[in-house]
Amino acid sequence: MAIVVENLTYVYDQGTPFQTTALEDISLTIEKGEFIGLIGHTGSGKSTLIQHFNGLIKPSSGKIIINGLDISGEKVKLSELRKKVGLVFQYPEYQLFEETVYKDIAFGPSNLGLDDSEIQRRVIYAMDLVNLDYDEFKEKSPFELSGGQKRRVAIAGVLAMEPEVIILDEPTAGLDPRGRDEILQQIKRLHDEHRVTVILVSHSMEDISRLANRIIVMHQGRIEMSGSKEEVFSHGDRLEAIGLGLPEILYLVKALRERGVPIDQGVINFEGVEKTLINLLGGSR
Amino acid sequence: MIRDITIGQYYPVESPIHRLDPRVKILASMLFIISLFLVKDFFQYIPALLFVSVTVRVSKVPLSYILKGLKPILVILIFAFVINIFLTRGEVIFTLGPLNVTKEGIYQAFFMMLRLILLITGTSLLTLTTSPILLTDGLESLLNPFKRIGLPAHELSMMMTIALRFIPTLLQETDKIMKAQMARGADFESGNLINRAKSLIPLLVPLFISAFRRADELAMAMEARCYRGGENRTRLKVLRYTKGDLVAGIFLIGYIGMIVGARFYL
Repeated sequence: MAIVVENLTYVYDQGTPFQTTALEDISLTIEKGEFIGLIGHTGSGKSTLIQHFNGLIKPSSGKIIINGLDISGEKVKLSELRKKVGLVFQYPEYQLFEETVYKDIAFGPSNLGLDDSEIQRRVIYAMDLVNLDYDEFKEKSPFELSGGQKRRVAIAGVLAMEPEVIILDEPTAGLDPRGRDEILQQIKRLHDEHRVTVILVSHSMEDISRLANRIIVMHQGRIEMSGSKEEVFSHGDRLEAIGLGLPEILYLVKALRERGVPIDQGVINFEGVEKTLINLLGGSR
Repeated sequence: MIRDITIGQYYPVESPIHRLDPRVKILASMLFIISLFLVKDFFQYIPALLFVSVTVRVSKVPLSYILKGLKPILVILIFAFVINIFLTRGEVIFTLGPLNVTKEGIYQAFFMMLRLILLITGTSLLTLTTSPILLTDGLESLLNPFKRIGLPAHELSMMMTIALRFIPTLLQETDKIMKAQMARGADFESGNLINRAKSLIPLLVPLFISAFRRADELAMAMEARCYRGGENRTRLKVLRYTKGDLVAGIFLIGYIGMIVGARFYL
């Protein structure tokens, strides 16, 4: 088991008039090697939740256990934890600060106290993962890159710490469709080839339905649903009621079903729908 | 960590003090500061203490919240206390190495401490009960007469509005960048002074970049809406004095009268 959360509650600004309960009685388990899609409307508490996984916020009450280590306890070596759990914030390009791409990506590994050759190996590894050519980019200033490239440098900065679990908060926000596809592709590769447990936070059903194998839906600081894509997408009405909705393609499926076209419950992605429709029409590509 | 600083923060509740015209509150704060420096002995602090406690009570801001605002200036308080205790000449009570503790010193130390505490609590009420926008509106209105002698009242208050407006934004940003760097293993809390200063680079560089970016964007957005300074600008909300302001004014005059009376006629 990678992450176990028990009865987690978090209150912001406790004891002031700004007091708000961000998370209420959250319990969940994330297994090693899973690809979790964490979805919820703005203000549903998803960003607050993931900061707990990395020890950046301490719970007001409840427990978080990561790889058997209770991190809500007093004496936890947070540096150990941060080696294990990597967290990529929203718009991570705003955290870049070094003169060169190499130095910026090396910031994390050098904080871990690694030696130079190991740091270099990790920078090469991380840049390869996000598809940035090492020789071309290592000496460039991160500030002269394009938005998508900056984003990838920032993500590489976290990947270079070689975490066992990586959490990405809206990694595609503000990117053009191509930049978005590239990032998502790289995240998929990270999960499939490098066996990293991934938690992808998003409010885009499209992105999540393409990649995740389990979906956790949050609403007003609580877990609303948790389960496989098929399970979660079968509650379309509830998803719409909390302002999330289904992936576009499933609206087509729904409309077709209402008109009597037989489509399997298990068909939930674009490719599946495409195949089913071609079969139904009796054609082949 | 940064959220703990309450000094200068607005405390949003409904109270007669909150509803007062900002100009009245600014003038009252200024008069209050002057009045504190008129006080010459402990006895004369009584009206000031009364004034502060009544205002705090009416403002509905919890006393604990105001006292929390004293935390950041605790160092200054202690410093002032120590300096006064050791460096005031007079009747020596006991000696600590080369330093003499005098009767006058102890008296002076407590006297100054009380003055500073009253000063901070009294004036922090201004920002606690007045939203930043109203505060700068009030300032602009008070500074208006000085326009004739070339004081750019509108520009000054606009600069203040913007600065105040961006304090929470920058604090949030700082918090976010700090967390992002901590997630990459940065350590802001341990090590010696030099290491700590160095560890601020990953925080300050992105912070400055984003501050400049925001300034740029804001200037662009203001220009796009044809902002051209204070000439002929009208307001959505015009400041008007109400009955509450009259009551506050009478109360204030009564207080000043007591301070002046105690100072010069007792």
